[in-house]
Order: sequence, then structure tokens, then C-alpha cells
Amino acid sequence: MASQYKTIVKDGMWENNGVFAMLLGLCPAMAMTGTATNALGMGLATAAVMAASSMLVGLFRNQITQEVRIPVFILVVASMVTLVDLFMNAWMHELYKVLGMFIPLIVSNCLPLARLEAFAGKNSALPSLADGLFMGLGFTVALTIIGAVREIIGSGTLFADASLLFGSSFKFMEMRLLPEDTGILMMILPPGGFLTLGLLVVGKRILDVRAGKAIQMGGAHSAA
Amino acid sequence: MKKQLTLGHGLILGAFCLGFGIVLAFSDHITVEDIAARALEDRLNSLAQVIPASIHDNNLVEDATVMMNESGKEITVYRATKEGQVTGLAYEIFGVGYAGKMKLMLGIDAQGKILGVRVLAHKETPGLGDKMEVKKGDWILRFDGLSLENTPLEKWKVKKDGGMFDQFTGATITPRGIVNAIRGGLEFFEANKAKMMDMSATRPKMDGAQTKEGH
Repeated sequence: MASQYKTIVKDGMWENNGVFAMLLGLCPAMAMTGTATNALGMGLATAAVMAASSMLVGLFRNQITQEVRIPVFILVVASMVTLVDLFMNAWMHELYKVLGMFIPLIVSNCLPLARLEAFAGKNSALPSLADGLFMGLGFTVALTIIGAVREIIGSGTLFADASLLFGSSFKFMEMRLLPEDTGILMMILPPGGFLTLGLLVVGKRILDVRAGKAIQMGGAHSAA
Repeated sequence: MKKQLTLGHGLILGAFCLGFGIVLAFSDHITVEDIAARALEDRLNSLAQVIPASIHDNNLVEDATVMMNESGKEITVYRATKEGQVTGLAYEIFGVGYAGKMKLMLGIDAQGKILGVRVLAHKETPGLGDKMEVKKGDWILRFDGLSLENTPLEKWKVKKDGGMFDQFTGATITPRGIVNAIRGGLEFFEANKAKMMDMSATRPKMDGAQTKEGH
């Protein structure tokens, strides 16, 4: 059992990472990574949605018949997103003001749906919860790395406005690494996102090859 | 046989829809008041930046009225009064920037002099066109104290067009749009002064659609 969870964690965070290996969920990975703070917030919201919907699908996997599984999965993801949207708006309003317009987009992120289809539909509630959670956290880490690279090169800061999102005790996270007005604007604009993602994917592949692993191209296909 | 199966699938899907529908309805019910309160706070915060607290003793949101602006859009005019006298007005104005519409809140006193302007929403290029945000620079504070009376109409332009306002390095369209929007806002006040200051105008319903708009 323990080894199953170990595989789940490793898969989500590295081997089968949603962004760097499967290249899923690229819309938020491009749109929300202008700063590391936004990327982190978006990643955490997605992870919450994924953990909750994976657990629910794992719980009801015997009731969900093959024929209606896709609409049910979408229904589950959409409902979880709506819940996150409502709760965040009511009780984490500062974060909501920044992420609000992107929360509904989680529905169209194919990563949650891919995990429901590939994993939660075939496993019981607890492993499904773990899979959703760690796939979501892997997504969060990936987004935060992309965001950090873009923010440092683009604006010269790191985790700017983090205290606005998570409360004033997170002020220590806000850093200015380069003097003002030295940032390369392109990195904050969409091309910077694609460049950063491409280089990071290459970087991961190089590390995998060095470690003697076969490059996994099948991730997205086995999931779809 | 086949028909029964289809019916079964339909029932399963229906049951899930019903279940999640109930959950969502309940969640909406427990958050609706908090969400409305947050939206009202946002509105009051943005108003407090353009109408100083010292000049009014009323609730700006309660004493608001709805009017048509020059392009036929309904806007809410928030009115500040002190001891029953109108001391200030705040309303949304719209400008066209490099990447679409920009929404601003304009605050003026009863003589049409600007108390403050803030950008509420825009899609301008980060790093180039966003210097009109108050947290990125004090450019927008340049307008405080100006009016159509103390600044002739031909000066309400960016310097490049022969006016008196600085453009940003690398971005002229954004400041041009804002200057135009502010001038338009002041002209709107000149043309509708009486109606805007008429406190007997009935207070509009502050329903969900109104408070939601802030996002």
C-alpha cells in the first residue's frame, strides 16, 4: 500500500507532472504565471479542486456507469470549481480579487478531467484523493517555477504582493532581486511564458535522460 | 432491454445533477451575504480614494442615483453630502486604451474640481501602459485639483498632442485615453450638473447586479 502512495506522489510531482511531462493545463500555466504569487494561488486553487473531485469520483466510481462518466466527471469538476469560487469570494476576498476571473477557467483545464478518467474512475476514494492532491501540487510547483522565472527576469521581483494574497505574515516572501526598471518586458507577456515553459520542459527531459530514464512521451496519451 | 439501459444511465446522470445542485444551492445560500458585504466594501474602498472622508457625513452608496452617460450607458453617481449640502460626486468614466476599454472612478467637488481619479479596471500592457495605476506611480494624481474652469479645453491632451499631460515612455495611447475620459467626465458634469446634484432623485435599488459589477 505504502508503495502505491509513493508512486502517486512521484508521478504527480515529477514523473508524470501535469505541466512538464503531460503538457496539460497549459492555459492557466501561461495566463497566470506573470508573477510567482499569482501562479502559486492559481495552483493551490486547482489542487483543491482536483483533490475534492478525485475523491468524490473515487467514492462513487461504482455508481458512475461507463456511458455517462464523462458528463458526470465534468459535473463534478464544475461543481467543485463553483464551490471554490463561492468560498473564496466570501472568505478569502483579497485572493479572490486577483484570481477571481481565472477560477472558472479551472473547469476548462483538462488536467482534472484527465486524472478523473485515468485514475479516480478506477481507484477507491483515498488513493484517488492522494492522486488528485499530488497531481494538483505538482501542477502548483510547476506553475510557481514558471512564474518565478518570468517574474525575476521580467520584473526583477519574486513573490511580489504575496502578503496581499496570504496575509501580512507572508511579507518576508516579497523580494526585489534586480533594480527597478531593468526587467525584460517580454517575459511577462505571453511569449515569455511559452519560452520559459519550453526551456523548463527541455530541462526536465535532460535530467531524466541523465538519470538513465526513457523519455516519457506516453503520459498524456495513457491519460486520455 | 436497450431502452431500459439508456433510462438507467439517464437516471444516474440525473441523480448526480440533483445531488450537486442541492450542494451548490446550499453553498450559495451560506455565502451570499458575505459576498454582498465584500462587494460593498470594495465599492466603498474605491470611493474613499476619490472622495475624502472629511467632506461628507453621509453614506455614499445609499445616496447614489443612476443616470445615463453620454454614450447611453447606465452609470451610478455616488453623492457626498455634508449637512444636506452636496459636497462631492463620484462616478465611473470610460476610456479607450491600447488594449480595450479602461474603467475609471472620477471624484469631483460641487464646483467640478477633481478630488481624485483612480483606474478600476484595464487590460493595458504590464510595465508599459499600467503606470496609471496608483500603486505603480503618481501620474494619476496629476489630475487632482484640475477642472474645466482652471484648465482650458485645448490643454486637456497629452504633451505629444499639444496638451499639458505627460505621456508614458513607450505608451501614448493609454494616457491619451485617460485624459479624454477625464475631460469627458467633467463635461458630463457640466451638462448634467442640476440633475446630478438633485438629492430628491429617488435612490436606486442596490441589488445584486449593481454590487457584482465591481469584479
